[in-house]
Amino acid sequence: MTTTTPGSRSGTASAAAPRRGRRPGLALGGAALALVLAMFAGVWVGALPLPPGAVVATLLDRLLSPLGVAVPGGLDGTQTAVLLQLRLPRVLLASLVGAGLAISGAAYQGVFRNPLADPYLLGAAAGAGLGATLVIAYSPVQSVGPVGIVPLAAFAGALVGVGCALALGTVAGGSHSPTLLLAGIAVAAFLAAAQTLVQQQNTEDLRKIYGWMIGQLGSSQWSDVVLVLPYLGVACAVLLCCGRALDVLAVGDDEASSLGVHPGRLRLLVILAASLATATAVSVSGLIGFVGLVVPHIVRRLIGGSHARVLPMSLLVGGAFLVLADLVARVVLAPAELPIGVVTAFVGAPFFAGLLWAGARRR
Amino acid sequence: MSRRTAGQATTRAGGGARVEVVGLTAGYGRTRVLDAVRLTVEPGGWLAVIGPNGSGKSTLLRSILGFHPHQGQVRIDGIPTIGMPRRERARFMAYAPQTPVLPDGVTTRDYVGLGRTPHRPLLAAPRAVDRQVVADVMERLGLGPMAERQLATLSGGEQQRAVLARSLAQQPRVLLLDEPTGALDLGHAQQVLDLVDLLRRQDGLTVVSTLHDLTLAGQYADRLALLSDGRVVAEGVPADVLTAEALSRHYGARAEVVHGPSGPAVLPVRSPD
Repeated sequence: MTTTTPGSRSGTASAAAPRRGRRPGLALGGAALALVLAMFAGVWVGALPLPPGAVVATLLDRLLSPLGVAVPGGLDGTQTAVLLQLRLPRVLLASLVGAGLAISGAAYQGVFRNPLADPYLLGAAAGAGLGATLVIAYSPVQSVGPVGIVPLAAFAGALVGVGCALALGTVAGGSHSPTLLLAGIAVAAFLAAAQTLVQQQNTEDLRKIYGWMIGQLGSSQWSDVVLVLPYLGVACAVLLCCGRALDVLAVGDDEASSLGVHPGRLRLLVILAASLATATAVSVSGLIGFVGLVVPHIVRRLIGGSHARVLPMSLLVGGAFLVLADLVARVVLAPAELPIGVVTAFVGAPFFAGLLWAGARRR
Repeated sequence: MSRRTAGQATTRAGGGARVEVVGLTAGYGRTRVLDAVRLTVEPGGWLAVIGPNGSGKSTLLRSILGFHPHQGQVRIDGIPTIGMPRRERARFMAYAPQTPVLPDGVTTRDYVGLGRTPHRPLLAAPRAVDRQVVADVMERLGLGPMAERQLATLSGGEQQRAVLARSLAQQPRVLLLDEPTGALDLGHAQQVLDLVDLLRRQDGLTVVSTLHDLTLAGQYADRLALLSDGRVVAEGVPADVLTAEALSRHYGARAEVVHGPSGPAVLPVRSPD
């Protein structure tokens, strides 16, 4: 196809180019900076405060030691252990989970053209909940190889949930989005009912089940980070690539078709990628609410509605948001911890309400 | 495609294509909506499809675009559109629906820029040529001052112009418009149709539109096709198609047809009690 337009690349490198693109780039840069700062804050703050300078020195030392460069002024032994074995994996995992949930939420909202859509909409949450509850209640083993049985079951459950919703939706009405949405709601209701049933049969596990359902990052390890990275990486890469296509889909299926896009195929691809990201995030952190729903809206208020910008921005802001929420969860009742799901809603809801209010006043 | 000066950063490239519809039959479920429709639109012509509610006007447009399953053939400059990749089809034909979906939080410039989609890889950022075409189109349609405004803040007439601009940024050779004046008052309707006519004359675009308003159809289109129950019952220059007899038979309407210098006008007449 490009062979018919040989002169298009060269030729008119025009004056229209420089003015645009600066502001979105700035916003993205700002969000990236926010994420980095949030991660540093997440590493510094805690029951055992770590001196910021020494943390940076230790990290640089670790990174540069293969090159034979030693950086002086690092942390002592205990501090290093806290940094490398507790804080760092936890902060990394929080940023990955937050990023995955937020970009999935933005993608779901785009694909369904529905501002109320969130990553848990199509049965991912209910499926994961059922999977986790089943193994917490009945599984005789705690892990398969190095991987915990609960994350595994949650991951599988989330994918099964979304798979059922897609299958039901396709049988009922093709990839037409309202049908799919309703199918997702039906599947989610069914799986949630099954989960409640299992839970009621096993009241002695209630605390553990609830603990998982409300979301937690307390037991984060490097193995979790390594486990989620490939899946999240692939899913997020696919979603980032779909931003421009989602912008086309936003004008409606017929018009998207007239612009050369296949709405059905695109919708399926985006749903699969977003569901993979969601299932991965859920498997290591439980059901952390609010991030996937609200972060995309915050982002849209900052930089407008174009998915090509909202998706990468949601990724960064979602990561930063969850790292900060986790920080709050750790320090508010220290040494005890709040469930992070409580914090995301407790901090996030008033913040979002304020944003809505400010937006309404500006108009 | 060879007529099109490739990559030229202007909306005036190309020129219209000949559209042929042969034996087009389509329906919803078992209900047949279109029955062996046969139409030809010459390059640079404007065919308005008219007909009473439910006669299949929109379905005809959607079938020509390939959105609606159908039998029969649609040919653009002799090339059948069946089996043509969607992106390639999108470089021939642009479409403005009856009620366009205007996405939230999107600027007019970005919306018009969507028209460039079939001309670049789906993942690629807009190139300089894309930005140039968008800027040219917006300039021509007087949308320059609204470039950075949100679509939702534009007036109805401006929104319709933005939809038209998006279609033109597609650099199509055929423009398919479903009720382009549906939501507009008389003055704005005339402005939009004047604009379409101007673009058609300047670029030699072929225009196929449905038009609810028979007077506007008679004044602007150079040919009319009257659809009734899914069949083309009359086709030709407006003066031949718009007759009191045809309006009575197919619309069940009482009307006089007044012939003016730029085409026939339809004057509804109340029945004597």
